[in-house]
Amino acid sequence: MATRSIAPGVFTPTPALRLIGGRHRASGGLVFPLPPDTESFEPVELPSRGRLWSYTVQRFAPKSPPYRGTEPFEPFALGYVELPGALIVASRLTQVSFDALRLGLPMELTTTALRTDPDGCVVLTYAFRPAQDAIA
Amino acid sequence: MTDVYIVGIGIHPFGRTDSRTGLQQGEFAVRAALADANLNWSDMQFAYGGSDAAGKADTLVAQLGLTTLPFVNVLNGCATGGAALFGAYSAIRSGDFDLGIAMGFDKHPRGAFDPRPTDWGLPEWYGEAGLMVTTQFFATKLRRYMDLHGIRPITLARVAEKAYHNGSLAPHAWRRTPMDADTILGSQMVNDPLTKLMFCSPAEGGVALIVASEKKARELGGPRIRIKAVSMRTRPQGSFEVFAPSLDLERGGSVSTSASRAAFEMAGIGPQDIDVAQLQDTESGAEIMHMAENGFCTDGEQEKWIAEGRTRLDGALPINTDGGCLACGEPIGASGLRQVYENVVQLRGTGGARQVARKVRNGYSHVYGAPGVSAVVILQC
Repeated sequence: MATRSIAPGVFTPTPALRLIGGRHRASGGLVFPLPPDTESFEPVELPSRGRLWSYTVQRFAPKSPPYRGTEPFEPFALGYVELPGALIVASRLTQVSFDALRLGLPMELTTTALRTDPDGCVVLTYAFRPAQDAIA
Repeated sequence: MTDVYIVGIGIHPFGRTDSRTGLQQGEFAVRAALADANLNWSDMQFAYGGSDAAGKADTLVAQLGLTTLPFVNVLNGCATGGAALFGAYSAIRSGDFDLGIAMGFDKHPRGAFDPRPTDWGLPEWYGEAGLMVTTQFFATKLRRYMDLHGIRPITLARVAEKAYHNGSLAPHAWRRTPMDADTILGSQMVNDPLTKLMFCSPAEGGVALIVASEKKARELGGPRIRIKAVSMRTRPQGSFEVFAPSLDLERGGSVSTSASRAAFEMAGIGPQDIDVAQLQDTESGAEIMHMAENGFCTDGEQEKWIAEGRTRLDGALPINTDGGCLACGEPIGASGLRQVYENVVQLRGTGGARQVARKVRNGYSHVYGAPGVSAVVILQC
């Protein structure tokens, strides 16, 4: 099954999956995603594990555009994950029941299918799921 | 520098008025304020006004009169009204003018606001992935606050219950049917933990306030309410705002706290001196968090305050006495001035069925909005 990333430069390909942030060359401050201004920002790979900082469930279909997800719409979880020593990033949350979400939950980076395009190509976006070794 | 007074107020009912454009609702409010102060448009020496999405305020001179007055258009998102009043206040305080008007109006389509990533300097994929929804911001900010400070869902429902009760008593409110906490909790979940009836909706409306120098206010002889402070701030480092793909690990303060502190310092009074408050309540949780961000209580004390009814019309600190954004809806350009309008009504003692029980001397209003702006106004009678 053919897949493609939601956009270039958001995350590195698996198996070494990482979000690509930007480090401000002058101040050293981190941001995600990497801003287009590469003169001021250098790319930096962000930690792939962290803890859930906050969360909610998207119960209604966001307006399209800009939203382009699966149809019919299915509610999905999203939130912020605190990546130690780096940043707190906004993300979809996947492979977790809505009821199991709680602050501080150990999370790890993965990808999830956002939709399948008419050409049969599956569009992937990044997401965080509960850390598999923490569950076991 | 002279003190500044509000000598006239006017409002166009909030909600939906299909028969009038946003500009016409602004004009309606201006005429109502002029009538309230027993003044004419030709008496106005300047005007500040704006809307976020319903046209240019200064075009209203065609309807109101070509008196050649300076008319400054303001466009500051949710702080548009606050910024207009800030301008009008400063114009009087400088001594250059002694009578003028601040106004704001708006008219938004039904449903959630419809942002485009590029307008916010964000990549398309952020919207495409379903992460660019304003209600998500409110829900995630609130979820963390509730867990850290022990706020329960029933408390969110009680805030909305109070809003619809107060709105039922306010002629300018939109949602005028009281709603009990169970109905609010049981309504459709939008973004957990917030249900549909805990959110305000985009709406329509207009407000105008006539401001005067102390000398002019005395001359006019009508009721006058003193503006003790007007502050406006933009976000500090490390604040949490809407449409943030990432946040700094080091968390900072809130823009509302910055605006609040500046206003209290300017007024020379503290939160304990406030008798009635209008706080930005885009959703129930926002009112709760803003109680602490504006210095009225510590984080978590809201549980007790709200359970005891301290923020109701008969409480120690009545909050959102006309039902706030929850009951009035949110026409962006008019919302902040509605709060000031409501405080003038309360300070004049003309609130009728919604007049607060306690004696009122100091009124506080706070508006907050994207992308991290806040304005606070403190009135005194």
